[in-house]
Amino acid sequence: MRSRQAIALLALVGFFIAVYLWLHALGYGGPLKCGTGECETVQSSPQAVQLGIPVAFYGVVGYLALFVVALIGLRPAALADRKWSLLLAGISTVGVVFTGYLTYLELFVIHAICRWCVGSALVITAIWIVSLLSLRSPALRTDRGASRPLPDRPA
Amino acid sequence: MNRFYVVLAGVAVVLAVGTFTMLKSGGSAPAAATGAPPTVVDDGFRGYSQGSGDAPVEITEYLDFECPVCASFAVIQMPTIKEQLINTGKVHWRYRDFPLPIHRYSRFAAHAAQCAGAQGHYFEMQDQLFLNHQWAQTGKDPSKLFRELAKASGVELTAYDQCMEAGRYAQRIEFSRQEGDQMLVDGTPTFYLNGKKLNFRRLPTSDDFKAVVDSAIAALPPKPRPSPNRH
Repeated sequence: MRSRQAIALLALVGFFIAVYLWLHALGYGGPLKCGTGECETVQSSPQAVQLGIPVAFYGVVGYLALFVVALIGLRPAALADRKWSLLLAGISTVGVVFTGYLTYLELFVIHAICRWCVGSALVITAIWIVSLLSLRSPALRTDRGASRPLPDRPA
Repeated sequence: MNRFYVVLAGVAVVLAVGTFTMLKSGGSAPAAATGAPPTVVDDGFRGYSQGSGDAPVEITEYLDFECPVCASFAVIQMPTIKEQLINTGKVHWRYRDFPLPIHRYSRFAAHAAQCAGAQGHYFEMQDQLFLNHQWAQTGKDPSKLFRELAKASGVELTAYDQCMEAGRYAQRIEFSRQEGDQMLVDGTPTFYLNGKKLNFRRLPTSDDFKAVVDSAIAALPPKPRPSPNRH
């Protein structure tokens, strides 16, 4: 349960980073709040658009999916269900691979590092690690007897 | 469990407010570069200029970047004037800012051009501002567009942002405007030929300038002939 809570919180943080970058890509707001100024270099590069869509939008969708799945997995009825952990691990693995590709582009193609992209990379990596660890931990006990009230002691 | 959702909602609210604040604060034209400064200091700067400093005629143009007539003149007439008068060494053309109070972003545009000029790209930025003059018709905050124009002009954006945020050349622009007041500039563009105001009945064309420049050169006293060397 703790791991899904952690993933939900981290996904929320990643979601707002991605929303900020996406809205900037759509023309809202002015220059990015970025100390080094390299964010603008990255965001205005041709690599900032993949398949005709701003890269940040993929982040919005990915983090939103992680957030929703984590919340669904936090329902009492779903806590013991391992498929939600598998789904979280699957989505975050895709996210980590995509982030790795984008980081490669930043370092070796664009030659600039965006602070917000680094922040997002740290978030998705943390989600990925938590999701993998949750797969290793034993499943929650679900035998019904455990949640039944204790019978009264015989006098 | 309930406590977790309260924390989650709190984090969501904080992040949403933070994102909104960053977008809002980043989107407005810096006040330091938009309005008139409280004080004015002469930094000795007298405008960017084109052409030979030895040219017999100097034309000073007081311009407003938001003024559509200035844009029209810059785009349609100036290329021919450059070709016929500036590049031929006849005219030294000087640009002075005269932001009109009726134009909301005129001073801001002049400041963007000055910040680009600090990096050696004044004329490229001036071209961009006039060629993409639709910004002056929308009434929208042009700060983001100006950054794109600055970038297209070859300007390094980190230094540009710092320059705009600080309003580094606000006093220089106001000094130029006050100088225009003293010169009795009554609209834009207004032109001076060797310090004398040129009065045209309509927006002048390149032919008009060729005529007044040729006339001014013809009226100049002949240059003294160099004395022959004696052996």
